[in-house]
Amino acid sequence: MKKTKLFAAIGGMGLAIAAIVFIAADHVDAPAVAGTKTDIADLYAFEGDNPDNTVFVATVQGPLAAGSATTGATFDEDVMIQFNIDNTGDFIEDVVIQAVKRGDSMYFFGPHNVTAGQTGLTSQVFTSATRTAVKVSTSSDVQTANNGGIQVYAGPRRDPFFFDFNRFNMVVAGAVAPEGFLPPGQASDFFEDLNVLAAVVEVPNSLLGDAPAHVAGAVGINGLPNAYNVWVTTKRKNN
Amino acid sequence: MNTYKLRILFVAVCTSLMFVQCGNDDDNILIIEDDEPVAVDFSGTWSQEDSMGRPGINTVFSGSDAVKNDFNSRIPTDRASFQPIFQETLEFYHDVYAMSLNIPVEDLDYEENILGLDAPTFTTVLAQFDALQVAPEGETIYFNPATGLALTGRKLTDDVIDVSLTLMFGGMSGTRFDGNNGTPQLTSDGVGVGDRTFGSFPYLNTPN
Repeated sequence: MKKTKLFAAIGGMGLAIAAIVFIAADHVDAPAVAGTKTDIADLYAFEGDNPDNTVFVATVQGPLAAGSATTGATFDEDVMIQFNIDNTGDFIEDVVIQAVKRGDSMYFFGPHNVTAGQTGLTSQVFTSATRTAVKVSTSSDVQTANNGGIQVYAGPRRDPFFFDFNRFNMVVAGAVAPEGFLPPGQASDFFEDLNVLAAVVEVPNSLLGDAPAHVAGAVGINGLPNAYNVWVTTKRKNN
Repeated sequence: MNTYKLRILFVAVCTSLMFVQCGNDDDNILIIEDDEPVAVDFSGTWSQEDSMGRPGINTVFSGSDAVKNDFNSRIPTDRASFQPIFQETLEFYHDVYAMSLNIPVEDLDYEENILGLDAPTFTTVLAQFDALQVAPEGETIYFNPATGLALTGRKLTDDVIDVSLTLMFGGMSGTRFDGNNGTPQLTSDGVGVGDRTFGSFPYLNTPN
């Protein structure tokens, strides 16, 4: 660790920069996507109400203030949300679920088994895959669809992410030493009153293949159950 | 234009038309609306702009704008170069606190966390394996301190910030900087899920 070099590089501004760069889970994480319709806010993946299913949630374009910022927020027809599922343990996607908006609906394709030439930074829409369409919801008009056990939703939701973001900024700036974070009751959830656009898809695990050995075993953490490796990407249509 | 050139041009035009036709065949699907089939176009090549696995990785550990953009533009298997950057950032967060407490930065470093990971290993896991692990069988949770089950999913109620702070600042006990015994509170931000109530599909609350 070259602390001298690091401090020389960051100088006095380092603290201020550190304070403003940490926004949230992935909300507004990098300048190239911040404020655009490809900006991912969060990824969740959990067991569904039906324990044989897994739910994938991508939230995007957050945080949105209540009111017109939320009611006016729209999915971009040139932006694909893609859930990537690795079921072999090599961190290359084997199964994908894609969501693309057309007209007043969100079209979900998959789960689709991809071949070696179909992975990576660029994609086509897998129109031959199972297609499940749902009208994009509004706050008052909630639409879901179920296609043979694949359930989908697209539209505005309350941001499920919770975090005392303002206090964090003060903590990493050294401005609230030696206390650090505030105790429950005094701390404040920055995202409590904010919203996001969400794409939610619940699928039977039987469509995802068998899960590989848990990656934590690679660093000596043994005993965890087999687990898929899952990440979400947004991709913009460029021709 | 001579005949040869014309022939080449003709072949080129035909070839391009064939490709366009092929593309349309593959990428248009027919949607029935008001009993009428309507072609919906899904053609084109789509290129990655943002990417996310575990919560907070790029935002917390990448440091500079250029590094953040770079992280988002790569696939998970192409991120080995981020490990030393992540480790520097992890130490930087400790240095910030050392400086504010007038402790020499050399005397306040990251310590092996509750998962038993030292700084190089911890940041390797974060940089090179940035995906949520999701178990199809059993409980899905980011970390359950009661049972020790970790990294089997991310539920809406999971306090991923507290888990992350504990892994960064908690040391082997998880309580290294927890606000007790004269230490700063760096392992919990003090907020939870609040009054959000997560029901059945689509699970997330209606908007504010």
